[in-house]
Amino acid sequence: MSLVSGLLFGAGLALGGMTDPGKVVAFLDVTGAWDPSLAFVMGSALLVTFPVFAWVRRSARPLFAERFQLPTRRDLDPQLLLGAALFGIGWGIAGLCPGPAIANLGAGSPEILLFVATMVAGMWLRDRTAAITG
Amino acid sequence: MNVLIDVDSWLRAAAGGLLIGLAAAVMIVFNGRIAGVSGVLGGLMLDGNGGDRRWRSMFLGGMVLGAVLLTTLVTALPAGRLQTDWLGMAIAGLIVGYGTRMGSGCTSGHGVCGIARLSTRSITATITFMAFGTLTVFVIRHLLGAAS
Repeated sequence: MSLVSGLLFGAGLALGGMTDPGKVVAFLDVTGAWDPSLAFVMGSALLVTFPVFAWVRRSARPLFAERFQLPTRRDLDPQLLLGAALFGIGWGIAGLCPGPAIANLGAGSPEILLFVATMVAGMWLRDRTAAITG
Repeated sequence: MNVLIDVDSWLRAAAGGLLIGLAAAVMIVFNGRIAGVSGVLGGLMLDGNGGDRRWRSMFLGGMVLGAVLLTTLVTALPAGRLQTDWLGMAIAGLIVGYGTRMGSGCTSGHGVCGIARLSTRSITATITFMAFGTLTVFVIRHLLGAAS
């Protein structure tokens, strides 16, 4: 089912316009010629996931696995805020977040391949420096 | 503020969002996992847990294939417009990777799944990266004047 989920995810990102960095930056450009359409992507995705996660809260286990593996942390730590802020800056520069970057790999853009490569390097670097930054 | 009205693109966006929501639903209902792309990718590349690799690769491979199938079989889409040069892409990728790993997620894990779970951490993260994304575009386009 991971494959099915991935297929739906990739198709949805492409259909929704998320794989076009120009559209993403136009969505983030609220003081310019603002293109609000990507708000509809998030909005309609949440229309599906809200009732589904309400079901998850009432269910004992998933259909094909032993248990749900959900994040358990509740605290707001500096790493969450700093990490999200850094991510937002990178997102604004390139107009790509991790999902659309991956979904774009089939289109064969060498620039986006570079983005994905340095993105993995960034994740690795975070693990290497976690002892310093907390 | 100037708002672009393009109903056709809004409908496509809403339809795409439904598919993304469905993807996240399939992942949690059947496999009991969060369909968060940065988490799935980071786990595959860095956490090195043998039995875990399969579903992570299937999901990410499916994403690549899903986008290709949609554009070849269902509807032709305009080519993506890159927003920066090679150096910009390299730096942005590095920051996105570092930030999502540090902040435990991205638009899919925190946004699509975390908000639906009513997670305070995810709602806070989503507001934060939206705000910094908006601010970054403002600085690049309107203060530094790199408007295209």
